[in-house]
Amino acid sequence: MSPAWKNVRADFPILHQQVKGKPLVYLDNAATAQKPRAVIDALVRYYEQDNSNVHRGLHALSMRATDAYEGARARVAKFIRAADAAEIIFTRGTTESINVVARSFGSRLGPGDVILATEMEHHSNLVPWQQAARASGATLQFVPVLGDNAEGGLDLAALDRLLTPAVKVFAFTHLSNTLGTLNPAAELCRRARAVGAVTVIDAAQSIGHGPFDVQAIGADFVAFSGHKMCGPTGIGVLYGHKAALDTLPPDETGGGMVTSVDYAGARWKPAPERFEAGTPHIAGAIGLAAACDYLDGLDRAEIARHDQGLAALAYEKLAQLPGIRLLGPQGERSGLVSFAFAEVHAHDIVTFADEDGVALRGGHHCNQPLMRKLGLTGTTRASFYVYNTAEEIDVLVASLRRILKFFGVS
Amino acid sequence: MSGDLSELYQQVILDHSKRPRNRGRLPTANRVAHGENPTCGDQCNVYLRLDGDRIAEISFDGSGCAISQASASLMTTLLKGHTAAEAQAMYEDFHRIVTTGVAPEEISDLAAFAGVHAFPARIKCATLGWHAALNALKGDAAATTTESHTD
Repeated sequence: MSPAWKNVRADFPILHQQVKGKPLVYLDNAATAQKPRAVIDALVRYYEQDNSNVHRGLHALSMRATDAYEGARARVAKFIRAADAAEIIFTRGTTESINVVARSFGSRLGPGDVILATEMEHHSNLVPWQQAARASGATLQFVPVLGDNAEGGLDLAALDRLLTPAVKVFAFTHLSNTLGTLNPAAELCRRARAVGAVTVIDAAQSIGHGPFDVQAIGADFVAFSGHKMCGPTGIGVLYGHKAALDTLPPDETGGGMVTSVDYAGARWKPAPERFEAGTPHIAGAIGLAAACDYLDGLDRAEIARHDQGLAALAYEKLAQLPGIRLLGPQGERSGLVSFAFAEVHAHDIVTFADEDGVALRGGHHCNQPLMRKLGLTGTTRASFYVYNTAEEIDVLVASLRRILKFFGVS
Repeated sequence: MSGDLSELYQQVILDHSKRPRNRGRLPTANRVAHGENPTCGDQCNVYLRLDGDRIAEISFDGSGCAISQASASLMTTLLKGHTAAEAQAMYEDFHRIVTTGVAPEEISDLAAFAGVHAFPARIKCATLGWHAALNALKGDAAATTTESHTD
């Protein structure tokens, strides 16, 4: 294991505090990850030393800011092993990235076309496609999730039936934020390509939790957020395969994305500028690049092993609690566990756990249709990251035992 | 367990959450309203049989946390036999209790919800059933969301 792991917890200033008189146990990483000192310092350094607007600037600060911003683009390209930095579009986050594709690519769809998604999509990879279907007359279909507790993953046999030449786009999550299911992205892209469908991957949950090679996966578009991978909020990425990007019309228009403008109209720059109208989140991009450095310093294969190890341990310990219903795969799972009790609602659990300093998330996790299919109103989710420990899982389990006892479940 | 938490989950609340009163559809209802809290997914339907201006029968069903379900359950026991104006006044008392934590002595059971004020995120749980009931009284069967109310 890389020596960078030795002081991981010391790298995150926020962890060293008490909540309600107890040491903070932060297990809400699928919602947002904490920030290492290196990322915070990069933001401060930029604002204290280099702050200026990017592009077209001829003075020293503007050139520095431009170099740092474009350097961040190149750094992110390397992080996901993209062939070209021009394939990286900075956005506000996963949601905006998917909306850009859904509107821009969606403008080409029409009646008879099919948009394929899966039953395990976060609302951010569902609602934009519902809107695209509504606007274009295309039909939206879903790959089913198997099992009463969604333990079976995507129904790949059904996928083959659904993937007809009418499917123009297949949008799927790489890693379910609700179930912890890791979908076989390369295989899904291969099957979609065989019918000529464009692929859009929601990588919000996976990007910071393991290696990601966009070329090996073979995706046309990938969306992710900085804040779930130790970067700042308000910055995200839309990766678009060069061939796919340059054929798309722009989404937002304005300054910075045009080559020439007259009163009658305008001409667009190529990607990535074509999709980055207005002043971008320069500091955010720089902070995101620092997060890429930080995570690569830990070795992302090691991060995956660490997070999955904690989730497996948590799954095993939680399975011993009376009346628990565990969602998602029983074997290989990513770094989160999602569970429910018939007698105690998720929000009561989260309120109680907070009293023990344990930060969890409860509810539908922006996945209402899946909850309904599983006959649930919500689940409680514990999600792990590089700074979490096996001892923290013991704190979680002890807290849950107290809660169950209080509500008379034992 | 902290003092705040035991204040929040009082015995009365646990009791109503485990053994809800007047739970289920009311076949004789002539008014119904649906309430939901979109951020947490809590749902509550309130069924009323109004006899003139008076609540002759009342029931609720739905799903949600202990606070939302206990509050709806307790509410049904209190509102039965009261007029719409009285129900509105009781809601105003209840709202004051959950937002300030101060309960007048003569209000017994509702005072169990005083602990909610220390958990601002949970106030909308406590008021969900009440919003649905007031809408049912107004004859407004459209969905209520607690998000659009000032709690």
